[in-house]
Amino acid sequence: MTVDRLLPTPEAHDLLDLTTELATRELAGKVDDFEARGEFPRDVLRTLGRSGLLGLPYPEDVGGAAQPYEVYVQVLEILAGTWLGIAEAVSVHTLSCFPVAEFGTGKQRAMLPEMVGGELLGAYALSEPHGGSDAAGLTTKAVADGDDFLVTGTKAWITHAGQADFYNIFCRTGGPGPRGISCLLADAGTPGLMPQSPERLMGLRSSAPAQIVLEDARIPRDRLVGEENQGFTIAMRALDAGRLGIAACAVGLAQSAVDYATAYAKEREQFGKPIAQFQGIGFMLADMATGVSAARALLLNAARLKDAGRPFSIEAAKAKLFATDMAMKVTTDAVQVLGGAGYVADHPVERWFREAKVLQIVEGTNQIQRLVIARSMTG
Amino acid sequence: MNIVVLVKQVPDSGAERTLSADFSVDRASSSNVINEMDEYAIEEALKIKEAHGGEVTVLTVGPAGATDSIRKALSMGPDKAVHVQDDALHGSCAVATSKVLAAALRTLSPDLILSGAESTDGRVQVVPHMLAELLGVAALTGARKLTVDGSQLTVERQTDEGYEVVTAATPAIVSVWDTINEPRYPSFKGIMAAKKKPVQALTLGDLGISGDEVGFAGATSQVLEFNKRPARTGGAKVVDEGNGGEQLVSYLASEKFV
Ligand SMILES: Cc1cc2nc3c(=O)[nH]c(=O)nc-3n(C[C@H](O)[C@H](O)[C@H](O)COP(=O)(O)OP(=O)(O)OC[C@H]3O[C@@H](n4cnc5c(N)ncnc54)[C@H](O)[C@@H]3O)c2cc1C
Ligand SMILES: Cc1cc2nc3c(=O)[nH]c(=O)nc-3n(C[C@H](O)[C@H](O)[C@H](O)COP(=O)(O)OP(=O)(O)OC[C@H]3O[C@@H](n4cnc5c(N)ncnc54)[C@H](O)[C@@H]3O)c2cc1C
Repeated sequence: MTVDRLLPTPEAHDLLDLTTELATRELAGKVDDFEARGEFPRDVLRTLGRSGLLGLPYPEDVGGAAQPYEVYVQVLEILAGTWLGIAEAVSVHTLSCFPVAEFGTGKQRAMLPEMVGGELLGAYALSEPHGGSDAAGLTTKAVADGDDFLVTGTKAWITHAGQADFYNIFCRTGGPGPRGISCLLADAGTPGLMPQSPERLMGLRSSAPAQIVLEDARIPRDRLVGEENQGFTIAMRALDAGRLGIAACAVGLAQSAVDYATAYAKEREQFGKPIAQFQGIGFMLADMATGVSAARALLLNAARLKDAGRPFSIEAAKAKLFATDMAMKVTTDAVQVLGGAGYVADHPVERWFREAKVLQIVEGTNQIQRLVIARSMTG
Repeated sequence: MNIVVLVKQVPDSGAERTLSADFSVDRASSSNVINEMDEYAIEEALKIKEAHGGEVTVLTVGPAGATDSIRKALSMGPDKAVHVQDDALHGSCAVATSKVLAAALRTLSPDLILSGAESTDGRVQVVPHMLAELLGVAALTGARKLTVDGSQLTVERQTDEGYEVVTAATPAIVSVWDTINEPRYPSFKGIMAAKKKPVQALTLGDLGISGDEVGFAGATSQVLEFNKRPARTGGAKVVDEGNGGEQLVSYLASEKFV
């Protein structure tokens, strides 16, 4: 189904048309092979980078496209509807440019054109093996050594580990808790920065994260992003924006599932008529479509608040929570509508079903979103 | 190098296509796109410009709706476009179209003209040759590779058996197959920039061509009737009764696959 989108500018329509063209011509034919092989689509991302899709929300003077989040999230939505691995990669990369774009020194910002232009791929290393949700408890340690920091510890679940050209490493430079954390920008070639082998995932296999072991990794002091011990604030600010990205991925994925299930139900006949004509199926499709529209409305509202410079982080948390729970339900129902066919890999719904699950976990589990929302209400 | 790329708007070959009541290609009811092969010509032009400098102009003869394809072409990177548009052009044959293109090309005096080897609507593959004749320039057609060395052009010309190497000096026209490169996608910035690039509109009058030389009036060929392509029929079946391998190889040999 074509989604009727209210967009702020004619350019935004052009951008979504370009995204649709790339999704149809470049992504659709490749996704199954890359997912089956578990291969990271670096070249596909380069193509998207050259088309300008890897730095959409950043200012034009650093090579971005100065697009509002309202538009950027709809680009992600379209990409995720075809290939979640690519949409997630675009979202994580965009998130990885955030610390330098918002808090970077002049020298660090000089790298931005290559970062947002997509020639350099970014990673965002916050989670650790013993602490994902409790990010403020991270233990990777950075100690000053002359003009450098020596960083030691283990990062876990890092998307683009081993593929990225630059890493945002969140590490402890001060006392315990959120006020003792800094953000360091490390090059892939940093001695002592050692990406491990990729995790074997349930879905999203073309973009598998990996651990990064750091052993006295030497990162120059001029790669400190923001102030010393300001890292947790930077991490959370980045994640507020990142959550809109994950919500967008969920909306796009679910939209594809609704479209596919609807088309199938109109074709598939049982008891002498298309199953779409059984109320049991029709009502299911209606609920699925309503869920997608509601999630999109929540997402766009949060994005528009951000664009207007208003507080948006609680609305972003609600959008992430609702959209990803909705995507899990909608993809489960899409499998159900297809019956036995929904359970086999010949149809994409079983892949979407596996992929939806991860969205409830990344960039703050949905329990953590509820925690954030509840705290904002109850203090 | 001053390069002109011929870009034609055609009905999407992936969608349902038909002819209008007057037997001209139905452009009104179909979704129209840049002729696929022309995208390769644009890419080749941009690569030459990137390596050797110069300017790339898109030249289109077509109705008002062709503007969409011109903007799309410009979003890939060419500098400007010329759009020859005139109601009298409706129904023009390949000879008449070539006359118009040649007249427009004379106003641009290019060193190199690039085009697709064929268009997916007409598929006559004659326009590049006719232009070479009308303009008195060399024709290097059906290229799968093009090398530029100063004013010297070397082309690998694709044939059924392999390829031929042909050379010529500029000015020349080179038509290309889809084996020559991988066309780039437009970039978002390219799309924005394309909106501001100059598109010069020319009429037949501007080119000194009168209405009766073109269109149905001036056509050298006429469509009398047309039929849908016959439905696909089953191919040869090889039943293995001990000599299946031999049958298969002799079939492949008869089709020149082995
Ligand atoms: C595919 C993938 C890609 C990822 N990419 C990145 C990346 O690029 N960078 C990065 O830094 N991280 C990344 N992560 C890590 C991700 O952010 C964490 O997995 C997530 O934050 C959860 O942390 P955890 O896995 O340690 O789970 P835990 O924190 O151990 O949580 C386990 C369970 O306990 C619940 N829980 C925890 N605390 C509470 C609480 N207070 N109240 C109620 N319930 C609670 C959680 O909701 C969850 O259900 C990625 C993960 C995956 C799967
Ligand atoms: C792993 C696996 C193993 C299997 N093993 C066997 C086996 O060993 N032997 C065997 O015989 N079969 C087997 N099956 C087939 C299984 O029983 C069927 O898949 C199941 O009965 C559903 O039929 P279907 O797939 O044709 O779906 P459909 O009948 O096409 O149903 C599609 C959707 O329409 C709904 N629907 C259909 N009719 C109506 C209605 N009147 N009102 C409301 N909703 C309706 C269904 O609930 C479903 O949601 C297996 C299937 C799988 C996936």
